[in-house]
Amino acid sequence: MNRFILPAGVFVLLVAVLAVGIQRAPNKTVIPSALIGKPAPQYLLPVIASSSPLQAVQFDSRSLAGRWHVVNVWGTWCPECRVEHPVLLDMAREAALPIIGLDWKDDDMAARRWLESLGDPYDVVVADREGRTAIDFGVYGAPETFLIDDRGVVVHKHVGAMTPAVWQRDFLARLPARAATTGGSP
Amino acid sequence: MIPELGHFALILAAWVVIAQSAFGLAGPAFARERWIAAVRPAVFTQFALQTAALAALMYAFVTNDFSVQYVAQNSNSALPVGYRIAAVWGAHEGSLVLWGWILSCWTLAVALRSRSLPEAFAARTLGVLGLVSLGFVTFTLATSNPFLRLQPAAPDGRDLNPLLQDPALASHPPMLYAGYVGFAVAFAFACAAMIEGRLDQTWARWTRPWTTIAWAFLSVGIALGSWWAYYELGWGGYWFWDPVENASFMPWLVGTALIHSLAVTEKRGLFKSWTLLLAILAFSLSLLGTFLVRSGVLVSVHSFAADPTRGIFILTFLVLVIGGALALYAWRAPLLRSEAGFEFTSRESFLLFNNILLVVAAAAVFAGTMAPLISDALGLGTLSVGKQYFDPVFLLPTLPLIALAAVGLHSQWKRGRVAARRGAILTTAAIGIALTLALMLGVWGGAKLLTPIGFALGLWLIASSFVDPIDRVRRGIRLTPAIVGMAIAHVGLGVFVVSITAVESYTSERDLALAIGESGRVGAFEYRLDGLRRVEGPNYDAVRGTVTVLEAGKPVVTLYPEKRNYFVQRSVMTEADIHMQLSRDVFAALGEDLGGGRWSVRAQVRPLINYVWLAAFLMALGGIVAASDRRYRRAEGEA
Amino acid sequence: MSLRIVAVLLIGAWLAIASHTAGAIDPVEMTDPALQTRYRALTHELRCMQCQNQSIADSPVGLAGDLRREVRELLEAGKTDQQVRDYMRDRYGDFILFRPRFAANTLWLWAAPVVLLLLGLYAAWRVVRKRGALVATDSFDDEATRS
Repeated sequence: MNRFILPAGVFVLLVAVLAVGIQRAPNKTVIPSALIGKPAPQYLLPVIASSSPLQAVQFDSRSLAGRWHVVNVWGTWCPECRVEHPVLLDMAREAALPIIGLDWKDDDMAARRWLESLGDPYDVVVADREGRTAIDFGVYGAPETFLIDDRGVVVHKHVGAMTPAVWQRDFLARLPARAATTGGSP
Repeated sequence: MIPELGHFALILAAWVVIAQSAFGLAGPAFARERWIAAVRPAVFTQFALQTAALAALMYAFVTNDFSVQYVAQNSNSALPVGYRIAAVWGAHEGSLVLWGWILSCWTLAVALRSRSLPEAFAARTLGVLGLVSLGFVTFTLATSNPFLRLQPAAPDGRDLNPLLQDPALASHPPMLYAGYVGFAVAFAFACAAMIEGRLDQTWARWTRPWTTIAWAFLSVGIALGSWWAYYELGWGGYWFWDPVENASFMPWLVGTALIHSLAVTEKRGLFKSWTLLLAILAFSLSLLGTFLVRSGVLVSVHSFAADPTRGIFILTFLVLVIGGALALYAWRAPLLRSEAGFEFTSRESFLLFNNILLVVAAAAVFAGTMAPLISDALGLGTLSVGKQYFDPVFLLPTLPLIALAAVGLHSQWKRGRVAARRGAILTTAAIGIALTLALMLGVWGGAKLLTPIGFALGLWLIASSFVDPIDRVRRGIRLTPAIVGMAIAHVGLGVFVVSITAVESYTSERDLALAIGESGRVGAFEYRLDGLRRVEGPNYDAVRGTVTVLEAGKPVVTLYPEKRNYFVQRSVMTEADIHMQLSRDVFAALGEDLGGGRWSVRAQVRPLINYVWLAAFLMALGGIVAASDRRYRRAEGEA
Repeated sequence: MSLRIVAVLLIGAWLAIASHTAGAIDPVEMTDPALQTRYRALTHELRCMQCQNQSIADSPVGLAGDLRREVRELLEAGKTDQQVRDYMRDRYGDFILFRPRFAANTLWLWAAPVVLLLLGLYAAWRVVRKRGALVATDSFDDEATRS
């Protein structure tokens, strides 16, 4: 051994890092959420649409306490949201979990028209007109979908359009066996 | 038909460079003179073929052949002819063809200018260059073929990115590549020396001019890019510590170290293995830069088309070329010995510390650039690294470096005799401090902590650069181009330090919201929006503002910033207007309609900013002057 | 810069280009000049999450504007710079900070240049000591070679 081998040694380490880098490059579009394992932000926001006729004007996230649920961040200005919409409708039909829609920096009327014409997969849609709740959630691009457990802790976040495969693998698979049945539609 | 010929020429070139490397490396190994004799013809042929390939691609662009996919993606029939040519290297595939062609130019130059070198050594050098060429040509053919046809042909092209429709940027990639690729020559010389297991002062004399010229190209390339970013990106920044910028800056830093280390090796036969390592490193970092840029591993979010195939190809190439060279190094470097001695204050010692500081600076940039990747690979989380990291860690080694240069320029080989030069050192330092005080008290006033340090170091270095040439003239010793070039380059570095200090300390900037007729204060200046009107360009329309800038109530200049809307690419571009003067730049950019008749306007006044680029050109000029020294040409004649 | 855009082109990130070219001009100013200075510095060290290597100060993206507003309000509420950074990091993670923290997972990055510098200086010192001992036996004469 001599010190002249050192550069080659450093280079081997570098190649290892680069190889891992290439492997992960396709996933680079996703920045992991800082909220995983932490309590989901609380919010009190105006309701745009609700499946329950008794719903108040404001929706308080504390009313979800003790229930697994999904928060889907969307907007009528977001092309990918249109892509994932049919998947959300299928999820709603399955009724495994309540789905809360967070309409991010959008026009309320446009959002209502969107839900009327494309169908409404959400149990409640709330308007985040100034984008403050989205910031609390660490949202950086719609659509984003969060899975929140019965203790109010963020379990998972999906960035980009929801697909049936993602729904199965990253959401339903994370539910405890009974949550899927007790979660039900409110 | 022409594009197919271009493609075919590139395929042929791949076979010819295989022959070039095989004959170049095997010829000397088996002592076959006829193999060695075949190397130069192979170089000429591959140069011709790569020229044909590049010409074919240019032809497709100039004739608007939108049946070629790459042309359709990066050009448009409304694009002026000059930019159609520049569009050849406007994207990945064409950049690679250009890169390959520039490497063939350097190889040709080595083939022509190495007739006086030992035949075996020249053949090995050309052989190693052939291996590098082979990597690039096969990379182009396998993953990035620019000659692919589109079925059916596109009616018109998608246009060149408007940001690239600019003279500085059109010339920036060729310059930069000429620098990157030029380090391949030093690399090949190093490999040839290691294969032969022999490295002497003559070797250093052969290698020096090639390295210096490549370094000069790289300096100009980086400066052009920075200049372009400054006036075209429109936000007044000139250096962002972006991974892609760092990719060109790291080889520059190591190349600078190499130039200095080569000086010691040539003069004293010292630092041989270190010089070899730097020659390998400079080119490795050029290749690594390519890898980082092309593979998409570093550009994190929104890297839609990050292409793992390309990444894997380049990584394999890196492993073969750099890994091979470093293995060779581990085997051969221990054989190199020197019995020369030097004192702590000698020139050798100063250059040794210069090298350490430059390499540490490059390593700091490397750490910051690679950190997101390393952190991710080690499971330490997703990181960002910006200016707030790079600025301090870069200054840590480079501020002492400037002081070291200011003193080191007075030192002599072997025995420093610095004590005897105390007068010159103190005088130049006093000049630096006096001028700093004059600038700060008389012209600009006080500022940040680093302001006086930057000014004093820069001015001290400039003053010191003149001492040796003046001393020689006084003692009646002839001034050689090497001495003059060295002085110019160090003056350039001093000017660079002073101008950066001024820009960072005394820039006034503010974003204003102005209605027509309104004005706002920016430092000592007043910006007044006098009007807005619609204008039409060849492939865009725009809103043009009329902004009058006043100093002490008197109009200084009227600026016409534009906000352009390019039709084909459907992108909105800000065309800032800058009144460029040697003393300062007065800058205005038009933002958006804020409603109520108000528009946002970015106003900046930057003192001395043009000296930043001027300094880079001075450094490059110094390099070229030094490389023209007769002893290098004499070396050819003698050897 | 230059290369940055070449890179952007290479990866075909059209969105990123759009964001570069229509950079943010942010004429909203805080009434207190000291706060305005801190606001400028802070918005320059927070990364625009959707952009390529751009700070929220330089980005025209809607979210960057919202985050600038957030910074402004936090500063007006009397928060310290560190509290603003922590607020952003709690929501967006280390990725949003252009200035890596001094923390267990990032300390190596800050230490690397310092450690390398010390190692380099130590190595240079050893070379100087070794070569200093050889001066007497070395016949080279600088004055003679000056020409």
